[in-house]
Amino acid sequence: MSVTLSPTVVRLGTRSVFGHKRGILLFLLPVVLLGLAGLIRGLAGQDERVAVDVLQSLGLTVVVPLVALLATTGLLAPEIDDGSVAYLLAKPISRHTIVLSKLLVAIGCVFVFAVLPMAAAALILLTNEPRLALGFAVGSLAGGAAYCALFAFLSVLTRHAVVIGLLYLLVWEGLLGGLLDGVRWLSVTRWARAITEEVAAGFDVVERLGPGYAIGATLVVLVLGTWLTGRRLRAFNLTGDE
Amino acid sequence: MSTIQLDHVSRWYRNVVAVNDVSMTIGPGVTGLLGPNGAGKSTLIALMSGFLAPSTGTVTLDGEPLWRNESVYRQVGLVPEREALFDYLTGRQFVVANAELHGLSDPAAAAQAAIALVEMTDAQDRTISTYSKGMRQRIKMASSLVHEPSVLLLDEPFNGMDPRQRMHLMDLLRRMGTEGRTVLFSSHILEEVEQVARQIEVVVAGRHAASGDFGAIRRLMTDRPNRFVLRTADDRRLASVLVADPSVRGVLLRTEGGIEVEAGDFGRFSEALPKLARQEGVRLLEVTPTDESLESVFAYLVSS
Repeated sequence: MSVTLSPTVVRLGTRSVFGHKRGILLFLLPVVLLGLAGLIRGLAGQDERVAVDVLQSLGLTVVVPLVALLATTGLLAPEIDDGSVAYLLAKPISRHTIVLSKLLVAIGCVFVFAVLPMAAAALILLTNEPRLALGFAVGSLAGGAAYCALFAFLSVLTRHAVVIGLLYLLVWEGLLGGLLDGVRWLSVTRWARAITEEVAAGFDVVERLGPGYAIGATLVVLVLGTWLTGRRLRAFNLTGDE
Repeated sequence: MSTIQLDHVSRWYRNVVAVNDVSMTIGPGVTGLLGPNGAGKSTLIALMSGFLAPSTGTVTLDGEPLWRNESVYRQVGLVPEREALFDYLTGRQFVVANAELHGLSDPAAAAQAAIALVEMTDAQDRTISTYSKGMRQRIKMASSLVHEPSVLLLDEPFNGMDPRQRMHLMDLLRRMGTEGRTVLFSSHILEEVEQVARQIEVVVAGRHAASGDFGAIRRLMTDRPNRFVLRTADDRRLASVLVADPSVRGVLLRTEGGIEVEAGDFGRFSEALPKLARQEGVRLLEVTPTDESLESVFAYLVSS
């Protein structure tokens, strides 16, 4: 079966993201980011260090992965939970086509609810530095896309994708990422920071990772996550538990 | 013309056996998959629709394996038992989406035809979340028929339908069967199955208990020993004549009152009982079958 994009799956996916309550959260996260950026700009003025810190610790570390988690699990987990995914799967189309199409929707959500707000927040914090905004936009897109692939795989692996995804973000990316420097080699957020630093040349995002490694690792997660999700979906079990 | 073949298929979940060494051939026409709840019917349908891998044995459609083979869905239509659908869509949008996913050249026309077939044209523009159970069932049918499959698998399709919808679906299945399609549906109600299917496959506790046309299955099920409890005006007197009747295998006078009767031939016993009671002048106060549950019928089938 050839792997392409299915406009029908994209259309259904887009409607399903906003058809559930968690769709509201997608609107909430960028509002918090932009509100906070406005508040800080009002209180501290244009301060490069503060701007980078806020965009990094709130934007790249919290908003981007959470938007990716909400969008991706909202696209896959409910349909798998209630079995309605069978209507997509009982069709003569490649499972990878389904996954790719759903990921496109998820990455689209990341673009609208994380990448654009990140760029806007960067411009609010440092109005005259479009390079910083571009850097955080590209970093957010790369990190968000990798997170989407990761959470897509999680969604087909377990019924508790949201909880495990949150734990992963909290423990691995948050807690251990801050304590153990070695985690950077296996941290999507740290790769996103390295990519941001590379694009926003001249701004110190303080990431000790080569951009080559960060881009390569991001691509590996994106491709591997997509492929493994499709593979797992091929073995979807209608009767539930293994 | 398509044929599904199960060859020594077993499926277990850890240490629980859901389907145990089942071999059956489902050919053109309507086949009823009959069995009590938890007998393994849904597992069998999942195996036949490529949504479950057999632990051992093979499941094929015209010689092609069903597991991990997306191309079989060109021929297969599946109506799952679970009710979850894309509730945020209208019925029409849902069926059109199914037609598009099948890659049909004119999805809108195919969807209209399928919706008309299940008599949902009037409700097609309402969102699925507002549908009754029966309407959901019908829109599921439409989505599985939209590509005119040669094989149609339905898991408990009559659940939640009112009598009129039931009759309509039965007609539809019969028609599809006479068109030469391979139609298999599961049910736990014998009367439901025998109204539609000539061929019946009975599964009990994961095992293939019986197979044949509905007449043979009906005989198997009704010619078994039946137990009754009778309350009468004179238990001892009626018991003495019942025990002499050839339709009765055994009689027990219950200490708490009443007679327990085991009838060997249900048909003859039901004719003989009122006659004997009248002839002896014993008034029958109550006749209660004690093991009429479907499980006991199936248990008998398995042991025979």
